[in-house]
Amino acid sequence: MNNNKPNNSAEKKRSFFARLPLIFWQMLLLVSLFLLWHVLTSPTLLPSFYFKDPFKAAFFFGEPLKVLERLWRWFIDGEIYPHLWVTLVETALAFFIGTVLGVGFGLWLALSAFLSDILEPYIKGFNAMPRVILAPIFSVWFGLGIASKVALGVTLVFFIVFFNVYQGVKEVSPVILANAKMLGASQRQLLRHVYLPSAMSWVFASLHNAVGLAFVGAVVGEYLGSAAGVGYLIHQAEGVFDINTVFAGILLLTAFALILDWAVTWAEKKLMVWQPQSNESKHA
Amino acid sequence: MANALTLDNITCTFQSKNDPLKTYTAVKDTTLVVAEGEFVCVVGPTGCGKSTLLNVAAGLCLPSKGSVESFGNALNGINSRAGYLFQNDALMPWRTALENVAAGLEFRGIEKNETHTQARAWLTRVGLNGFFDRYPHQLSGGQKKRVSLAQTLIMDPQIILMDEPFSALDVQTRQLMGKELLELWQNNRKSVVFVTHDLEEAIALSDRVVVLSAGPETHPIGEYRIDLPRPRDVLEIRMTPQFLELHSLIWRAMKNEVLKGYEQQQTQ
Ligand SMILES: Nc1ncnc2c1ncn2[C@@H]1O[C@H](COP(=O)(O)OP(=O)(O)OP(=O)(O)O)[C@@H](O)[C@H]1O
Ligand SMILES: [Mg+2]
Repeated sequence: MNNNKPNNSAEKKRSFFARLPLIFWQMLLLVSLFLLWHVLTSPTLLPSFYFKDPFKAAFFFGEPLKVLERLWRWFIDGEIYPHLWVTLVETALAFFIGTVLGVGFGLWLALSAFLSDILEPYIKGFNAMPRVILAPIFSVWFGLGIASKVALGVTLVFFIVFFNVYQGVKEVSPVILANAKMLGASQRQLLRHVYLPSAMSWVFASLHNAVGLAFVGAVVGEYLGSAAGVGYLIHQAEGVFDINTVFAGILLLTAFALILDWAVTWAEKKLMVWQPQSNESKHA
Repeated sequence: MANALTLDNITCTFQSKNDPLKTYTAVKDTTLVVAEGEFVCVVGPTGCGKSTLLNVAAGLCLPSKGSVESFGNALNGINSRAGYLFQNDALMPWRTALENVAAGLEFRGIEKNETHTQARAWLTRVGLNGFFDRYPHQLSGGQKKRVSLAQTLIMDPQIILMDEPFSALDVQTRQLMGKELLELWQNNRKSVVFVTHDLEEAIALSDRVVVLSAGPETHPIGEYRIDLPRPRDVLEIRMTPQFLELHSLIWRAMKNEVLKGYEQQQTQ
């Protein structure tokens, strides 16, 4: 019955080897960027061409070796784990709560024309508002702990997911909808079997942005006032002009943002098998 | 005995979205009666309002004037006795062929084991054994039409509305699908309203051909009883003198309308 399906694990292996040259070039670029950074900031390698003082470049831009050493120490000494944990928990909570609220409200408003007409100007207003500015207010409301950071992340994530679900429901093919109705689907069955799956492809497109914004919410919240988290570490280091620690924090955040994005891509592949993929016929 | 479908003096007027004063009357004062077990073909130039008529019969579109009855009951919302094969792709892309065919039974609350058994039987009947786990985007146009056909027929509707079901297919496939459709129908005679703009197809399949005028204000301009013997061989019957006679008779009536319809499409 399934003899037309390509063997899944074989396909994965092949595509990994096919991507090897690409991975090589990507790594090469990363290493060259670090080398360039190193050469330009080292006080002894090149005569300084911009700053009079040869140590100034390192003061402003940090030194990659020290940055890497900093990262290494963080993980070896275990100093970073509690902070990383706090940031990740905030991110995950903000992402989860914001997504659930966004999907719920998106479906609700998209299916109720009256409500969405009433709320439209308010939603547009909230979305246009620079919501990062709410961070201090949330600190007052929810204290300096996790809750205020989660709240900030939720306000960022919610709107992205909300607008995509709203759009996804509005774009449901009228023919598919009519067909489901002719097949006897009730209002609830339409929601479950037509609107929701149709909106899911839009939701996944938005989750890549959403997970990044949840992260931004957590880090910015920590930066503006907290006692733990990677954002807090960066803030501390800035206070004493420890530029290498600042850059180490930034690199760490970037790496984790990438990992979260991969996780979304992975989930998308698992859940959206029905979507045509551009390279599908290659190994078939 | 109540008729399977009665469209009584139907008028459908659409309002333009941008300008509510601008209206377009697609169908005007149309009466169409389909008896139980009758196979009726509706032919007419493109854009004349054939799909609109089917939407009214399905209860998806409320006529501006006139009344609709199905098996003696006035229509109020979706026509639950009707199955509708749409002109455009209507399969749910997130369901496999099997899940698509099983959908209607599932909506009725029937257990999954049972729905899947029946869906497999129907997919096999329309010649798609071995394609159960394919998603719609992995099927050809003709295969998708077969899935749609199975999806509609599994519900055992008392009246089947078909909107140019085979028009996207090549001529040979279309004739084969017509043949298969007639064989399925022969075993279980339901009322059928079959829209097409292929006159040959219409004559080969139906008991009666209804010809519509070009739009706007489309209305029937002729009805022809097709008394070719049944069961028919759709592929062979096109050569018989009786068929050719009917064809030239109906075509003479249609020709002007087709030209009119074509000109309107050009000026629109
Ligand atoms: N919802 C709508 N709003 C406005 N105009 C409509 C609407 N639906 C159909 N029409 C118009 O009514 C006319 C008839 O449309 P319909 O789809 O019934 O044609 P058709 O006979 O099925 O054509 P074809 O053979 O090309 O499928 C067309 O001119 C179309 O533009
Ligand atoms: Mg049509």
